[in-house]
Amino acid sequence: MALFSKQNKEVFTNPLNLDHPILGQVLGICSALAVTSQLKPAIVMGLAVTVITAFANVIISIIRNTIPNRIRIVVQLVVVAALVTIVSQILKAFAYDVSVQLSVYVGLIITNCILMGRLEAFAMQNKPWPSFLDGVGNGLGYAMILVIVGAVREFLGRGSLLGFQIIPDACYDFGYVNNGMMTMPAMALILVGCVIWVHRAYFYKEK
Amino acid sequence: MKLNTNSNSYIIIYSAILVVIVAFLLAFVYQALKPMQDANVALDVKKQILYSLNIRDLDGSEAEAKYAEVVKQEAERDGRKYYLCDINGEDVLVVSLKGMGLWGGISGFISIHGDDAPTVYGAYFNHESETAGLGAEIKDSQAWQEKFIGKKVFADGSDTHEVVLSVVKKVDDPTTQVDCVTGATLTSNGVDDMIKTCLKDAGKNAVELFSVMTCTLDAPADSTVTEEPKVEEE
Repeated sequence: MALFSKQNKEVFTNPLNLDHPILGQVLGICSALAVTSQLKPAIVMGLAVTVITAFANVIISIIRNTIPNRIRIVVQLVVVAALVTIVSQILKAFAYDVSVQLSVYVGLIITNCILMGRLEAFAMQNKPWPSFLDGVGNGLGYAMILVIVGAVREFLGRGSLLGFQIIPDACYDFGYVNNGMMTMPAMALILVGCVIWVHRAYFYKEK
Repeated sequence: MKLNTNSNSYIIIYSAILVVIVAFLLAFVYQALKPMQDANVALDVKKQILYSLNIRDLDGSEAEAKYAEVVKQEAERDGRKYYLCDINGEDVLVVSLKGMGLWGGISGFISIHGDDAPTVYGAYFNHESETAGLGAEIKDSQAWQEKFIGKKVFADGSDTHEVVLSVVKKVDDPTTQVDCVTGATLTSNGVDDMIKTCLKDAGKNAVELFSVMTCTLDAPADSTVTEEPKVEEE
């Protein structure tokens, strides 16, 4: 089977549109709300989830035939938990500020439904390479929403992107005020709702 | 050969091996990254000390250099750390704070200056798990931390090291009181307690420590030091 056969491409692109983890499967909403008040942690969180989903998928897929069926969820959890702990340690060593900002949410990746969902639904039945693509695809789909929501929230809530001020001081002199609501998790929910709405209206086709 | 992956013995052996492999892996990663993590934590503490001296927005290496330039001496007494700093020729004492917030520990640094009637030079607070947007404002809101600047620390004319600096809901005396964070009364009370306990200790230890540190904060070598009566500033 070719590395980028039509089938494999679908495995990769489906989660970016038709079978999107957040928009289509409505998984992983909770962490999407929590870490998106600024763009930087949103990007880091998206990357972390992508890496962890991809590697967890590959590992589970490699050992899928040896996993005893009765404890498969436990095995999946152990693999995911180990990967998450490693990622969290690496963040602490190389991106301390970000790890402080993400604090508990890195640990909570363990309970991110996208991970367990993909392991159970895809990696347990498929070969390592398609599983890897599936993991990357789902992770990127998740990251995409995080980045969109994070960018909107930081822009409207703080007038900056990635910490750089975008809205000039002159606007504030004229009485423009940052929307404090945007920094609250509730607005993230509404924004995710808007993104789902746009997606359903323009990109989504019923199968 | 086909293993029976559902037999009990297989399951037990499988999980044991899996756990041992994972444990070794995690221990290895932890050991390999520990020096870098420790360096990050140490740098973070230095940054927080600089924040409490109103020196903000510095990168890692800049902060390191500035810290070396500003902080002259460190001392530790009863688990609290004191730092003697030199800001443009003036002696400023940074006191480390530790206390309890609403959901978890809170900590911080507060710097005081002034020879006879010490006032707050700057403050920085940190927290472990206060609510974002409410209790977390003690760390996130620079404006709130700046409210401490210029407040008087000790009561006039008492030898008891009574701390008058406080965080309250209704400010009666703007020379000593700081308005608490709206919607975060319990966290603010925690900050209040923390400041009271830690600065009281600082007052007690003042004489001894300062002589060690050769600080001018309590210049007279006799007993009445930082608590010497003095007309209110501001």
